[in-house]
Amino acid sequence: MRARKTLIGVVVLCLGALSLVGSASGRGSRDKALHDLYFGEALYYARQGHFFDALERLDAELGQHRALDEPELDSLYYHLHDAEFSVGDFELNYRMHHRAGHAITAVLEGAVDEQVRNDAAYRLARIHFQKDQLEDALAALERIQGKIPEGIRDDIEFLRANVFLGLGRNDDAVKVLKRLQGAASVKGFAAYNLGIALLEAGHEQEAFEQLDRAGQVAGGGEPVLAIRDKSNLVLGRLLVDSGRPDAAKRFFDRVRLDGPFSNAALLASGWAAASANDYERAVVPWGILAARESTDGAVQEAKLAVPFAYGKLEVYGRAAVNYASALDAFGGELKKVDASIASIRDGKFLKALAREEIKQNPDWVIQLRSLPESPETYYLTELAASNDFQTAVQNYLDLEDLRRKLASWDVDFDSFDDMIGLRRSYYEPLLPGVDHDFRDLDSRMRLRIEQDKLLEQRLRGLLVAPRPDFLATADERLASEQLAALDGALAGASGQQADVLRERIRRLQGVINFVLRTEYDDRLNKFNRHLAELSAAIDVLNARYESFVRTRQAAVHSYEGYDTPIARLRTHVSGSLAKVNQLLARQGHIIELVAIDVLTARRERLAEYQDQARYALADSYDRATKSRVEGKTAALAPSGRPE
Amino acid sequence: MGNLRTATLVLGCSVLLARASFGDAPSASQQEMRSLDEQVQEIKSDVLGIAADLTRLEEKLLYPSNTQISVFVSIASGETFRLDAMRIDVDGKLATHFIYGFKELDALQHGGVQRIFTGNVPTGAHEIAVSVNGKTQLDKVFSHSETFAFSKGIEPKLLGVTLTGPESIQLGDW
Repeated sequence: MRARKTLIGVVVLCLGALSLVGSASGRGSRDKALHDLYFGEALYYARQGHFFDALERLDAELGQHRALDEPELDSLYYHLHDAEFSVGDFELNYRMHHRAGHAITAVLEGAVDEQVRNDAAYRLARIHFQKDQLEDALAALERIQGKIPEGIRDDIEFLRANVFLGLGRNDDAVKVLKRLQGAASVKGFAAYNLGIALLEAGHEQEAFEQLDRAGQVAGGGEPVLAIRDKSNLVLGRLLVDSGRPDAAKRFFDRVRLDGPFSNAALLASGWAAASANDYERAVVPWGILAARESTDGAVQEAKLAVPFAYGKLEVYGRAAVNYASALDAFGGELKKVDASIASIRDGKFLKALAREEIKQNPDWVIQLRSLPESPETYYLTELAASNDFQTAVQNYLDLEDLRRKLASWDVDFDSFDDMIGLRRSYYEPLLPGVDHDFRDLDSRMRLRIEQDKLLEQRLRGLLVAPRPDFLATADERLASEQLAALDGALAGASGQQADVLRERIRRLQGVINFVLRTEYDDRLNKFNRHLAELSAAIDVLNARYESFVRTRQAAVHSYEGYDTPIARLRTHVSGSLAKVNQLLARQGHIIELVAIDVLTARRERLAEYQDQARYALADSYDRATKSRVEGKTAALAPSGRPE
Repeated sequence: MGNLRTATLVLGCSVLLARASFGDAPSASQQEMRSLDEQVQEIKSDVLGIAADLTRLEEKLLYPSNTQISVFVSIASGETFRLDAMRIDVDGKLATHFIYGFKELDALQHGGVQRIFTGNVPTGAHEIAVSVNGKTQLDKVFSHSETFAFSKGIEPKLLGVTLTGPESIQLGDW
């Protein structure tokens, strides 16, 4: 049981590690001040594994940045390289390999620093490798030249070796892996892969020696321990296959009893002893294995192997008892498998997969077992470890997530329609009255604004050519006009009285002129001050005017112009929802089909084991009976030894 | 970078294992899975496009630029105190409150910025009050509030709340 969990742990590590790639994407974002809040927001979502939201925000931000005339003035400019890398990373984590490839290629082809370009080339190579496009992966790796970031130097070489291995260029892989043997970052993995590369290249003895070294790698975490176990298991099997079962034992013994390869090692260890006809020794690992969780294939085989060994040791009674126990166990397992197949056919597997607590748990295969009415997943662990099945399950979960989003947006449109309708019904009756009042106010305002402009022009004129009469008060202006009228009335009059009156008029006008001229500077200052006050008031008026115009526009914009985009989006959403539902059904069907295929294969194997156990049980009973009879006969014989 | 390496290491092994178990010719179900994978990538791209259009529409409809205000939260580099909750009041009225789980806090502590609130306020002078609760590195409970004045113009207002310590809040204008 524990070994099985560890196995799942190693497999899940792959997914977990991938999901963490995104967190590395904000390379150095903690080391430098953040200039763009929206980039920070994308990192916030990515760090939590919400890559859809992260991508949505970063795509929008990058799109806006690229549309700018002067992008160097934009806050994202400071993080542009990080952002472009992050998009690729987020897409990779959201399993959008095509777009991730395009994003990283764009970085690669841009005018970027050598280290950045090499980093991008490595990421691109990794995407191709993941998609099993080995030639493309190699081409991307070959673009790496010059200065390479320290942290990925060994990773690049390790990837190169894996690509060579995949392409069958085993000697090239050997050369690269030999150089990597001292690298701490790929400890264990480089040693194991070198052993495999040597084997594939036909250097069997060297491969054995290398796998021996890989099987003794010291230190490291669980992945290194697991690869160490794997090295020992592979070496042991190779020795058995090459007719050296005795030599294999010590390698099987090196495999940890609680590691992911423990069951396979115990089984192989037993067969190694059996192939040397040492059944007493074979019974020991098989006995340990047979007592373990009976859903494992190795354990089931051990349940048959133990009585087989007892049979070979001629302990037929014990063999029969063990065959009977195996028969019971296989019967129980067959029921479990049948129930699992029925449960999957009922759609319970997919329903359980889509549950929130399952989606958030990387150990979903284990977690699924604890849920009521979900299928037995012990038999699906091997399947769950395969890359394609993991991608299929993740795609199913992603599609389910998209379906929920689209369904929720579909409902949102109705809310938008309601909101727009409410705004329209509120504003439309109000606006004609508001517009009428506004037009009235608008003409008055324009008059005042024109007056202000005229006065300002006059002030500028007075500064150039002083005109005291322009600054006369209303009384002064009236008095001047009366005096001019009186003077006009006296036109043509003669005599002393008329002259006296003219003199008085001139004197009075002189008084007014005296006041106008002596007070001119003071009046000009006052005029200037009042005009400044008026300009300030006009500014406030203008600001209010603009605010009103904006508010008036905003009122209309709050309900006008949405029909077309909402209708277009509604069509897109419903079209995409239909497509997602269709893909979801197909993806679910294929997952169910593959799971049922695996379970059916296991069922057939169990049925075969059951048949073997049944025949062997009968045979063991016969042999046990025969042996007992022969024993009794021998005891009754005159020459027999006394009891 | 270590994580990238681990992914590559495991992927490297899984490819080798896959080749060993499936051989070179993929089965029909594998081919179907891969073909579906291509289609799933396409629909993801489409839905991302819809999401972007929808965000723009929502922003225009719900938060027009002349009244829009957004408040972003970040934690200063190196701060390891535990932030449990935050409350934002604008002009004396509750705008939002948020309770932080492990993932959100971890994202903030690793350079992420949370948009905690988007709303509408009229142009002019306003006041924002930020209240935080949590535990210090020494497991001491803390609760702290600070009030800041800000001015809203006709363009969208972005306010950045930076927690520079358990009892230290800074407000930045963006």
